[in-house]
Amino acid sequence: MSILVNKDTRLVVQGITGREGLFHTLQMKAYGTNVVGGVTPGKGGEWVEGNIPVFDTVKESVHVAGANTSIIYVPARVAADAIMEAADAGIELIICITEGLPVLDMARVQSVLKQTNSRLIGPNCPGLITPGEAKVGILPGHICKPGNVGLVSRSGTLTYEVVQALTDRGIGQSTAVGIGGDPIIGTKFIDCLRLFEDDPQTDQVVVIGEIGGTDEQKAAEFIGKYMTKPVVAFIAGRTAPAGKRMGHAGAIIEGGEGTAAEKIEAFEAVGVKVGRLPEEVAELIAKLM
Amino acid sequence: MKLHEYQSKSIFAKYGVPIPQGGVATTAAEARAIAERLGGKVVVKSQVLVGGRGKAGGVKLAKNAAEAETIAGQILGMDIKGCTVEKVLIDPAANIKDEIYLGVVIDRNLQKPVIIASAEGGVEIEEVAKTNPDAIIRLPIGIRTGLMDYQARNLAYSLGLRGPHLNKFVVIVKGLYQAFLATDASMAEINPLVITEEGKLLAVDGKIVLDDNALYRHPELAELRDPQEETAGEREAREIGINFIKLSGQIGCMVNGAGLAMATMDIVKHYGGEPANFLDIGGGAKADKVAAALRLILSDTEVKSVLFNIFGGITRCDEVAKGILEALKIVKTDVPMVARLVGTNEAEGRKILAEANFPTATSLGEAAEKAVALAKGVK
Repeated sequence: MSILVNKDTRLVVQGITGREGLFHTLQMKAYGTNVVGGVTPGKGGEWVEGNIPVFDTVKESVHVAGANTSIIYVPARVAADAIMEAADAGIELIICITEGLPVLDMARVQSVLKQTNSRLIGPNCPGLITPGEAKVGILPGHICKPGNVGLVSRSGTLTYEVVQALTDRGIGQSTAVGIGGDPIIGTKFIDCLRLFEDDPQTDQVVVIGEIGGTDEQKAAEFIGKYMTKPVVAFIAGRTAPAGKRMGHAGAIIEGGEGTAAEKIEAFEAVGVKVGRLPEEVAELIAKLM
Repeated sequence: MKLHEYQSKSIFAKYGVPIPQGGVATTAAEARAIAERLGGKVVVKSQVLVGGRGKAGGVKLAKNAAEAETIAGQILGMDIKGCTVEKVLIDPAANIKDEIYLGVVIDRNLQKPVIIASAEGGVEIEEVAKTNPDAIIRLPIGIRTGLMDYQARNLAYSLGLRGPHLNKFVVIVKGLYQAFLATDASMAEINPLVITEEGKLLAVDGKIVLDDNALYRHPELAELRDPQEETAGEREAREIGINFIKLSGQIGCMVNGAGLAMATMDIVKHYGGEPANFLDIGGGAKADKVAAALRLILSDTEVKSVLFNIFGGITRCDEVAKGILEALKIVKTDVPMVARLVGTNEAEGRKILAEANFPTATSLGEAAEKAVALAKGVK
């Protein structure tokens, strides 16, 4: 067990013939992910690396190759379309790696997705990995180790940092999920926390947040009310100045909403310890084991 | 990207929102000519992209055209929070009876646009949110259905608008929402929406913040960018496609990923240093981008050491290593540096740096400690 992706994942790569799409398809395949096909409109019938079929539509990849999960590497201006195409084809789990989607595009995507059974992760995220089973995204697989700590993060590379710190201490992970740092995302902290709480393979959970918005405060509230498993947190941006957009569209402190201090306080109020360094997060987890 | 008041209001006007019939002047003489054309009292308003211009003396009432010229002469060239006033808007003064706040933003939790309104207009909405949160009305809008007339009417009733004001308000709020959608804005506001003594409704001040990610759909709006919105460095960064914010410390940071870049700043501080910048080179950064980013960091003479922290996922460490060495061929510098490259192609990346005798570190903590020591002159 684990959450969202595992050995049964049958992945289709949207934008498989692009530079990033191709590179990471090979990386995911090398990790052992079951990549059943790719989609590039107009290139249906071609093959990638001689053994991955390319389809014109996501629907074809579902019917012909049995795809149940999609990962998206297409450019930002066509990413909303790609997400909706995947949902329309009945894909249950859609991961959008692409960054730079207009916020209103995402508002439209979410209004459509709420009426389907599809779950979106991202956009602007590193994807997710269940170590030893499936990597669906751009996370470097070799730093992960199978185990029982679930991770959920708004950041990409910072997630790798914490995973590395855990692995360095010999602590393995059940699933690590990067949910993305945009203002509108498909899957939030709470959704992942709920999945980890219900996952028998997950014993502890790490939440990696950052400044901006109130999702961490909502996560803290959820943990306080519903989580029985212990949680450790990390918050990036303690030294960030107010009013400046720190890369992620979401990472901005405005009007006293979303400072690191508020978030740390919210976590500590429900008994969640907050690490100041990635190594400290690993140390706090080790103490819980 | 922010638009000026005069630009925002002219966009609102295209969608049927009544605005004062003023004009923009870049000289005092032009200001006088506009005031003469308008006749009567006018307001001279500095056009700068920072808040609090009224308190800073950048908005003044003039009794006649001659006074408008004098005031415009004073305001033009004035420095308001680091922005030089290059333009003033000359609007006819309105006889204000009531002031309303009306805005549209994206609600992150509801994941849809929300209209925000308050009968306490004329002050910053953040201020109202603090002092009198009950005075704020929030109306979520279904992105696919749009703003319905009945919703607009209900909003009017909630604000105490009835009778002759009702339909005028409906036109304005629908116009504002249309302008928000049509420009792919992340925020559009009218503050205040004035009810005049004569019973008119008028958008006296307005603001639009555009979504940078959607600017490719609006080349005509992208051209409106005021260079003063960013520092020279921030502008250069945008043009090369990286996220950069200048800070006041001595340790230059180059990191891939916004979250990790913030965490790196935090850790530099943890080890007693002060970051000189936030810099996220983004995903998949290649050699030329790294070189451009390094030049940008080193253009700050306060920088005493540079810390590279790259955790490769989509970014490949060998590309970054090549970029660092390439940049050092172009940028001659004595500033000491330390690089920590891990993740995708890390072995290749480390090899490239080792062959060039470039200092490296394995953990982020070690890299930050080294960078802090180097900045203090410790070798």
